Amino acid sequence: MKFLLLLHNNPAVLNALTDDQRTAIMNGHGTFIKTIQESGELIVTQALADPSNSAVVRVRDGVPAVTDGPYLEAKEFLGGYYLVECADRDRALELAAMIPDAAVDGLGVEVRPVMFSSGMEM
Amino acid sequence: MTARTEDLLRELAPRVLGALARRYGEFDACEDAVQEALIAASQQWPTAGVPDNPRAWLSAVATRRLVDHVRSEVARRRREATAAALAGAPVVPGVASEQVPEADDTLTLLFMCCHPSLTPASQVALTLRALGGLPTAQVAAAFLVPEATMAPRISRAKQRIKQAGATFDLPPKSEWHDRLQVVRHVLYLIFNEGYTASSGTELQRPDLVAEAIRLTRSLHRILPDDGEVAGLLALMLLTDARRPARTGPDGMLVPLAEQDRTRWSADVAEEGLALITRAMATFPPGPYQLQAAIAAVHMEAASAAETDWPQIAALYRILEGLSPNPMVTLNRAVAVAMTDGPLAGLDLLDTLEADERMARHHRLPAVRAHLLEMAGDTAAAREAYRLAAKRTASLPEQRYLTERARRLG
Repeated sequence: MKFLLLLHNNPAVLNALTDDQRTAIMNGHGTFIKTIQESGELIVTQALADPSNSAVVRVRDGVPAVTDGPYLEAKEFLGGYYLVECADRDRALELAAMIPDAAVDGLGVEVRPVMFSSGMEM
Repeated sequence: MTARTEDLLRELAPRVLGALARRYGEFDACEDAVQEALIAASQQWPTAGVPDNPRAWLSAVATRRLVDHVRSEVARRRREATAAALAGAPVVPGVASEQVPEADDTLTLLFMCCHPSLTPASQVALTLRALGGLPTAQVAAAFLVPEATMAPRISRAKQRIKQAGATFDLPPKSEWHDRLQVVRHVLYLIFNEGYTASSGTELQRPDLVAEAIRLTRSLHRILPDDGEVAGLLALMLLTDARRPARTGPDGMLVPLAEQDRTRWSADVAEEGLALITRAMATFPPGPYQLQAAIAAVHMEAASAAETDWPQIAALYRILEGLSPNPMVTLNRAVAVAMTDGPLAGLDLLDTLEADERMARHHRLPAVRAHLLEMAGDTAAAREAYRLAAKRTASLPEQRYLTERARRLG
């Protein structure tokens, strides 16, 4: 089963971290990636640029209108994700718990099943 | 590559691997070597033509790859002595295989790939590669993951088998009962993945279905007196016979009750019916035989209305007693609804509500919806269809369930 592990970030929480904490999180991701690569569970992971770089496109009557900024004005934004394939939901929850963000006060990892995949070189 | 060449390679892959592994031990290295030989064949044969003795060709190439591999390994570990011994051994393809029946090799390979120390997903992947001769890329594609995800899964599986101390020998007879259960389950998983395509846009992946049937057929040939292998093969054939009628022209799922039975494959069905009839008369019943028997009852009915539901309900009851499982109870509820009315079926479903294994499963609300619809409770049926549609991870199934909900207004 495929699951998307969504990393929701909160700038206020991230800014309050010490350098050591930040380094520990970075290293934790490195270890996590290595672990699920070796187990054959990692499909892909991406970290997203800051939402201030986002633009939202809306096509109305065939005319695209572009506005700068994220889609939702919110305290949290999508910071990145892991797409994994694992045995079952329990294992997906176990994987999510291995992601360092899950242990940061004020953050959490969302686990969502994937329904349809296409376009990857498979 | 033509389909015939592909079939030939699949047929030869386990034989070449079996002979090589028996000769040299090192299952993981042999498996890699045979994979490389298969890839070389699929690249060269279409242009250069199929060699006169394709098996000897594959054995020779695989052995050469294995020797190269062992040499470099040995160089790395500074153990020249072993290299000399192995490289000095005459490479005569096909000779070793004459001493041991080929059937034993295929069986040993199946036991190896379905080693109990592996997860079901790894057992499936390794079986498809080592016995089906499928390259990693194709195994990956069958399960809709990138090759980069599948490759470590397979090599990890092989490492694990090695660590578990498995050698390329048939396990002692005392272990066969349990080990065969795993082998049958892996073949069933391959079939099921092909038939129900657990996620994605396609409802079925016929390649996996064909491969599962091919492998089960060869296992049945090796073990004709295993009633459950016969039952499994019959179950696959009787299920696959319905495939042409299972999807409509628009790719929509057609439920059994509404299928055009003239589109069922008569010859596939006939083979399955003959198999299960003989198995049920000869062997003590097991879960696969019972499921095949149920499929046979459906197969023999000229229409959904003429189905012998009391017999199906009775078979499910025996199956439930033999291997209690909420999915079996779920299916029995349908049969009970057909014999004793929808309310009796719904009562049976209520017993599953508390079962944690069913808590997130879409089949429970889907069956409930059908029975509620039968009972004439349109509003509740619509809600149950919607809940089922929300839970499923298959797009065609979701379309079907949403459509049913919509039809109820």
